[in-house]
Amino acid sequence: MDTQSNSQSEALYDYLLRLGDSPLILGQRLCEWCGHAPALEEEIAIMNIGLDLIGQCRNWLELAAKTADNGQDADKLAFTRDAHQYRNLLIVEQPNGNFADTMARQYFYDAWHLFTLEALCNSNNRDIAEIAAKAVKEVRYHLRRSREWIIRLGDGTELSQQRMQQAIDDIWMYTGEMFEMDDIEKTLVQEGCAADQQQIKQRWLDEVAETLATATINHPDPDAYMQQGGKQGVHTEGLGFILAEMQFLQRAYPNATW
Amino acid sequence: MYAQMVDTGVKKIKTLEEMTQEEQAFQKKIDDEIKIEPKDWMPEKYRQTLIRQISQHAHSEVVGMLPEGNWVTRAPTLKRKLQLMAKIQDEAGHGLYLYSACETLGVSRDDLVEDLHSGKAKYSSIFNYPTLNWADMGAVGWLVDGAAIVNQVVLQRTSYGPYSRSMIRICKEESFHQRQGYEILLTMMREGNDAQKQMVQDAIDRLWWPSLMMFGPRDDDSPNSQQSLAWKIKRQSNDELRQRFIDQTIPQLEVLGCTVPDPDLKWNEETGHYDFGEIQWQEFYQVLKGNGPCNRDRIRTRKKAIDDGAWVREAALAHAEKHRDSNAA
Repeated sequence: MDTQSNSQSEALYDYLLRLGDSPLILGQRLCEWCGHAPALEEEIAIMNIGLDLIGQCRNWLELAAKTADNGQDADKLAFTRDAHQYRNLLIVEQPNGNFADTMARQYFYDAWHLFTLEALCNSNNRDIAEIAAKAVKEVRYHLRRSREWIIRLGDGTELSQQRMQQAIDDIWMYTGEMFEMDDIEKTLVQEGCAADQQQIKQRWLDEVAETLATATINHPDPDAYMQQGGKQGVHTEGLGFILAEMQFLQRAYPNATW
Repeated sequence: MYAQMVDTGVKKIKTLEEMTQEEQAFQKKIDDEIKIEPKDWMPEKYRQTLIRQISQHAHSEVVGMLPEGNWVTRAPTLKRKLQLMAKIQDEAGHGLYLYSACETLGVSRDDLVEDLHSGKAKYSSIFNYPTLNWADMGAVGWLVDGAAIVNQVVLQRTSYGPYSRSMIRICKEESFHQRQGYEILLTMMREGNDAQKQMVQDAIDRLWWPSLMMFGPRDDDSPNSQQSLAWKIKRQSNDELRQRFIDQTIPQLEVLGCTVPDPDLKWNEETGHYDFGEIQWQEFYQVLKGNGPCNRDRIRTRKKAIDDGAWVREAALAHAEKHRDSNAA
């Protein structure tokens, strides 16, 4: 392989990790809700969404492993990379907090996720387009649910409105990273392979503005300072703990079959 | 079974002569295997017994999410994690079916849940045992769901229609999970290293007796069973079901290459069944009384989830109210 195609496939590999790591970490966070949800119906919904996300993660990571062709598989990638090798968005690693915090995180991510997957359905990489086409059906449902919860809690009681507002304000600074494109993404967008976040950003802003207005929630400052780094492997303190828990068995009993 | 001690409140079973006309007609339907439906007349004690049993069954599904939920963030592979999540999701769904079945008897789910949290209502003793290693996820699937299935297959023919129909739906999903649980253990025993094999044996050692306790007290010590059998809420006795479970499970244990912690277990050529040792009944009654390893923790967790979620449910209600008003206007 010449140097250029080598760096191309490295970029693709990195991009696939980004696509796979976010649903994995969010799915892991949702697992923490198990047995603690506010109603039995929510236990089902949360587990259901987590299941979809981790299923998607498996597809992306398998494709990443295939692309890198370095003897890895989805499990190796999930369970033996350390935090600095993880490429998930910072927003998905944020703690569950209360139900409003979880829903704010879910809603912002779901909207971004849906629009990104819709764009990826048109990727000229057929594997990517296929995985996206399957995932998009699931995420459409995720967004419908999280949007409804934002509205229900925002336009619910005084207390729930207050908590929803707080949750939206608290997580806002992690939304900007979703639309930041570094050289890896820019190159892949030019090649017609990755999703163009510049185009998605306006759709996302419109969606969010409409939902927050319906929910009677004040829109956070669109020009607020935004955190980033997740896509490059620089994370918040939370990720190390998530991985310590998630990877424990694979670390304690390396190369075992389960 | 998931409802292992249900008080019928009946001291002595009535003979046909002692029954009122209504009771006689009811008993005739039961004897003719005609399902009782929500709007049918039924003796008050039949109704109460069913409320106790079905709610205990529902509570068991919900509390039963906790010992498995304990490992969902630590599952060793993506496939195992997905399986476990699907299973827990099904359990919450089973809880919902069963609460619905129970509500056909004129009680509300909220009241039933409150009875669970206050300690008035019981759930299966098995979920008061901790899950200490990954193999417990396999052993719970294989042994605990296995015991539940033996019980629930029979309950598909229970006399109350809504209960019977929920058992039919639930059994289909449970059997799938039980096979997955067994497969977890089989993989660890066949492809695993020594440490993994030890985990499997350790899980079986800890969960074997508690699984046998799921069928409830011995028939001699189960005074409520006679009335439940006469009403065909129960279709077979605790000891019969326990024996069936042991007979069908031991060959599966042999395939795994594991043992059970019972020196008295042996095949009886004459009866065609396995003989087995005495269950620690003192432990069983202590666990039912609330003194098992996890009783307090399980109820605290469930109560906290519902208490912490109160504002969410109130918000949903308030929003629905507003929405209704704006639709009407």
